[in-house]
Amino acid sequence: MPIIATRDLSMRFPRVTALESLSFTVEPGVTGLVGANGAGKSTLIKILLGLLPPSGGQAQVLGLDIAAQGSQIRERVGFMPEYDTLPPDVSATEFVVHMARMSGLPATAARERAADVLRHVGLYEERYRPIGGYSTGMKQKVKLAQALVHDPQLVFLDEPTNGLDPNGRDEMLGLIRRIGAEFGISVLVTSHLLGELERVCDHVVIIDGGKLLRSQAVEAFTQTSGQLLVEVEDRSDDLGRLLFDRGVAVRPEGRFLMIDIADEKTYDQIRDGVVELGLALIRMEQARHHIEEVFQQ
Amino acid sequence: MTTAIHDIGYRHYDGPRHGRAFIVRSLYLYNLRAVFGLGRGAKAKIIPVFLFVCLLLPAAVDVAILAFIKEPKLLMNYSMYPLWVQPLIAIFLATQAPVIASREIRFKTVPLYFSRPVRTLDFVLAKFLAFVTALFALIAIPLTLLHLGFLLTRSGMVKNVREAGPLAELGKVPSVVHQSGLYLAALAGCLLFALVLASFALVIAAYTPRRGFGVAAVIAVYLISNVVVAIIQGVAISSGNWDLAKWMNLFTPFPLVDGVQTGLLHADVGSRGETVGPRTAGGGLLFLAANVAVVAGSLSVLLARFRKAGQ
Repeated sequence: MPIIATRDLSMRFPRVTALESLSFTVEPGVTGLVGANGAGKSTLIKILLGLLPPSGGQAQVLGLDIAAQGSQIRERVGFMPEYDTLPPDVSATEFVVHMARMSGLPATAARERAADVLRHVGLYEERYRPIGGYSTGMKQKVKLAQALVHDPQLVFLDEPTNGLDPNGRDEMLGLIRRIGAEFGISVLVTSHLLGELERVCDHVVIIDGGKLLRSQAVEAFTQTSGQLLVEVEDRSDDLGRLLFDRGVAVRPEGRFLMIDIADEKTYDQIRDGVVELGLALIRMEQARHHIEEVFQQ
Repeated sequence: MTTAIHDIGYRHYDGPRHGRAFIVRSLYLYNLRAVFGLGRGAKAKIIPVFLFVCLLLPAAVDVAILAFIKEPKLLMNYSMYPLWVQPLIAIFLATQAPVIASREIRFKTVPLYFSRPVRTLDFVLAKFLAFVTALFALIAIPLTLLHLGFLLTRSGMVKNVREAGPLAELGKVPSVVHQSGLYLAALAGCLLFALVLASFALVIAAYTPRRGFGVAAVIAVYLISNVVVAIIQGVAISSGNWDLAKWMNLFTPFPLVDGVQTGLLHADVGSRGETVGPRTAGGGLLFLAANVAVVAGSLSVLLARFRKAGQ
């Protein structure tokens, strides 16, 4: 059963059209929602949470209708907004416990779940200090923790890597992968950076200007391209020339050589060439497409 | 699949999930604690606790004096207690209303509530009732102290009067029943003060998300309305227009509520002076209607404000 299904979903504001007859389905797992800033991602999440009635169309989340069963949806999902949303004058523990209670968890359970989930996102002793003194990375973790504290079936994460340094970004992406794989909670994560989502998502929905551009499995985007990527330690030009002379379709790409795989013999020709020239072969792998190429097409 | 998850450490929650009543109660208590700075740093507790002590002080001093001097004329007029301490209450309104009404708007926390099973109406009512409770406690506790003081010192007053003069003077010591009636009427007045003052302060604070501005705005509206009304009343009285002076009380928060005390709750006029509000049930009902309109209007404004902040 799809966890999200939309049909002809539209959202028109007086001056802009945020979404235009958007139809797609999302299966359990980690799904990326990609689009440039202003593509309508946040609007879509608000509609799916039942907070904003769409101008047209229908949508179901976890099999529940957004128009009629918004309250039931909100019992079962978590939401991490993209903007700063935390009061600075309370501790992370106090805040996450409060949010657990707002989802109906009894006092003891709220405290236990808050402690658990703060540990899972990687906040330890600092969780007793007021949030005002936290780094951006720590604040993002608190926002994620409050979205998970009531053990939802699905979480909406809006730009969770925004403002993070490369380390923080890696950590957050790792967490998202764990939420989907280990915690067994489905994730809809938005980003304007395709490369990020390629690393953690099973499926990607791409919207542009409120319209659906593509919705498909990440594997389909990144399937093998029928080319080999070859990297040698030095003198890749010499290897390229040698292979070209022997009728192999080869072109340089930075430090690498991209070689069309004609048949099984291509591998042998590369091996022989490397041996003849006495080069050190670092890698030879199937080249894959990147999601970015969707936009370049 | 579940064993794999347990091995790694994430535990699913399959315990109870409470419904609307639990959430509203939690929200109410959370806000009530927030007004007094509980669960916050020491800084958040200073102002509310200091003001509470300041409000309690006149009542405590009165009871102490009563215990020594035992003169019935030293008994405070219960219904006027909120009027005497109104600057302190106004400061409490100004500093604590933003805690309830603007803090979560300013930090954009409201959407986190509405993405949960929290309804807008419940959210606003819980906040409103928490602030009303805090205000009621703030005014009613000193009043209760006053009344307890009376009950404890009454026998001393009776003895004092009996020793000092003719028995006829005994009539000056109010009976327990009479004074308790005044106390209950004053409590009803307190509740109305709490409802109206909370409405007025929360609406202003909800539209001034920056805390400093919120404090200033509440104080400004309180002071300006008082000054303007006082000026018009002064002019009206000097030109003999007593009716206008009376009706002007509708336009500033404390006299607005006091009009119900003098009109409907049979409050002793005491030292209210010539700008006292209505003295008849009809006038009192009109003032009560104005009070109800203020509360209802404020609630609907707050509802719209938080609904917008939650999207």
